[in-house]
Amino acid sequence: MTAPRTLFDKVWDAHAILTGADGTTLLWIDRHLVHEGSFHAFGMLQRDGRVLRRPDLTFGVADHYVPSHPRGRPVADAEAAGLIARLSANAARHGFDAMGMDDPRQGIVHVIGPEQGITLPGVTLVCGDSHTATHGALGALAFGIGASEVAHVLATQTLWQRRPKLMRISIGGRLGAGVTAKDLILAIIAAIGAAGAVGHAIEFAGPAVRALSMEARMTLCNMAIEAGSRTGMVAPDDTTFAYIAGRPRAPKAAAFDAALADWRGLATDPGATFDREVSLDGSAVAPMVTWGTTLDSALPVTGLVPDPSAGADAEARARIADQLAYMDLAPGRPLAGIPIDQVFIGSCTNGRIEDLRAAAAVLRGRHAVVPGLVVPGSVPVRRMAEAEGLDHVFTAAGLTWGEPGCSMCTGINGDYVPSGARCAATSNRNFAGRQGPGARTHLMSPAMAAAAAVAGAIVDVRKQVQP
Amino acid sequence: MTPVTQVSGAAAVLARANIDTDQIIPARFLRKPREAGYNNFLFHDLRAADPDFPLGPADNPPILLAGANFGCGSSREGAVYALADAGVRCVIAPAFGDIFAGNASKNGLLTVVLPEAEVAALMAAARQGLPMTVDLAAQEVRGANRVIRFEIDPFRKRRLLEGLDDIGLTLTHEAEITAFAAAREAAHPWAR
Ligand code: SF4
Repeated sequence: MTAPRTLFDKVWDAHAILTGADGTTLLWIDRHLVHEGSFHAFGMLQRDGRVLRRPDLTFGVADHYVPSHPRGRPVADAEAAGLIARLSANAARHGFDAMGMDDPRQGIVHVIGPEQGITLPGVTLVCGDSHTATHGALGALAFGIGASEVAHVLATQTLWQRRPKLMRISIGGRLGAGVTAKDLILAIIAAIGAAGAVGHAIEFAGPAVRALSMEARMTLCNMAIEAGSRTGMVAPDDTTFAYIAGRPRAPKAAAFDAALADWRGLATDPGATFDREVSLDGSAVAPMVTWGTTLDSALPVTGLVPDPSAGADAEARARIADQLAYMDLAPGRPLAGIPIDQVFIGSCTNGRIEDLRAAAAVLRGRHAVVPGLVVPGSVPVRRMAEAEGLDHVFTAAGLTWGEPGCSMCTGINGDYVPSGARCAATSNRNFAGRQGPGARTHLMSPAMAAAAAVAGAIVDVRKQVQP
Repeated sequence: MTPVTQVSGAAAVLARANIDTDQIIPARFLRKPREAGYNNFLFHDLRAADPDFPLGPADNPPILLAGANFGCGSSREGAVYALADAGVRCVIAPAFGDIFAGNASKNGLLTVVLPEAEVAALMAAARQGLPMTVDLAAQEVRGANRVIRFEIDPFRKRRLLEGLDDIGLTLTHEAEITAFAAAREAAHPWAR
């Protein structure tokens, strides 16, 4: 009998070409996603006179630099326009499929991978973007890489990796009403710390995770990197298989059945061991909000802004004080009631159809008292939302309905939060300046951001929305 | 890649934890070609807000001492380009973001992990203007009147010491890669 193995072990072992004397493994890469920002890597390839090894396993999409204002107008920013054009030029030169700005499949790279059936259980998938862990929601071994590694994959379709340690995060119980995967991952990072999973690959498990939809699992895995882990995975199950069936690039008919036989064997075997086990009670998680500029600064919305004096040592006290100064928050004040200037609903964390439905459910028949931008994660998401009339809910509430892309998540495509302004955002990073120089970001779920738009302040969505 | 063997000189001190790559280089500069000189973007917004910021676009000490989880966040290799172009050859911290450390090793920037207390002692020495030496071959930091040993991934160490070209190295395994890909795709045709 073979020793019990984890989901991670199974995918890793199936892709290990060879292991060097020093213990690093050369891994075969099944899927490589590139975007406009990958231009550095294509430059390296060209500089060294190398060719793209597997155009059929390389997929490109324009997302980071595309504007969210209506398409059809030229991109005003010449540098951004140049990078978008450069992706298409590289695709033409090297012969891979790229979804440019006018492609009906276009969207944020971590939204379109699963959506198009590019992401599948048991594959290795990499992308020059740290939120690549998102794809692990389907049971793929997916992680973000830097530009030199992108160039390495372009040229060899392989990567040298050291096997990480394994951490299982088990969530018991069931999430309460008004509590989402976003709240869960913020609670997990608050519990283990922003560097709590450095050097580890995470498997999310337990009944509360099994009960999550496919899209909610993507939200969960998306932010594994915010706990320091490059990889977050969920074992594929019937929820996964139902999601994949019929996707454009997913295997069909007999090929699907053969794949299913492989995929059903991927789940972690009973008795397999992890280097670290963490457990959390899902039913105890409340809607979460970040107050600071690191990801472990998330607290239940019912909480208070911390006092620097609560820090364990001088460094921790200085760290809290610095963050409060940047965020312009007084210690001890309730998080609920902090006035906000604008909202952003979108990103690879929370820009999928279920996220838009959750936000629309709060906004239907209500009015936003602050401006806000709602940006679907892809063209197909946008189409679906419009077919359901969600766009009208948002515009009737006074919010702007944008074209798919990274948008205000990172402030490089014309959408940014002005210096000193406070934004309720559904994206994944609250770093100083992330949404624009001097911008103040409070991360939360789509329903919480919608509720904040209506109140003009951070509120507990469970109190604001009476069923 | 230029080999790295020893880095000696003064050290800059950035005694904060969780310095993310958005701080090291704000996203809006990542669109610039490398020839633009990424040193100009190093800690751009932090420098603008703080005239006493310890690092600038040029004339930096070769060593940077930083708080825990340095380089967390985005995978942008531009964060490494900015440090390297500004003359930083080695960063010492209690922990690094994984992707940042990997990117650093591919661009001749040495990252050294030392316990929190050792980093604090080196910071104290650096604040008095005392120089230090990071010796990669010996896996030692010499400074603050002592010799501190550090651990480093042997593969990373060899690549840095020899300045190896990763892709060229990998392609010496061409036969194994080709055979592996053929076997995998035959056994799992759905994975193509
Ligand atoms: S939405 Fe934000 S976090 Fe996601 S890929 Fe785009 S810029 Fe990165």
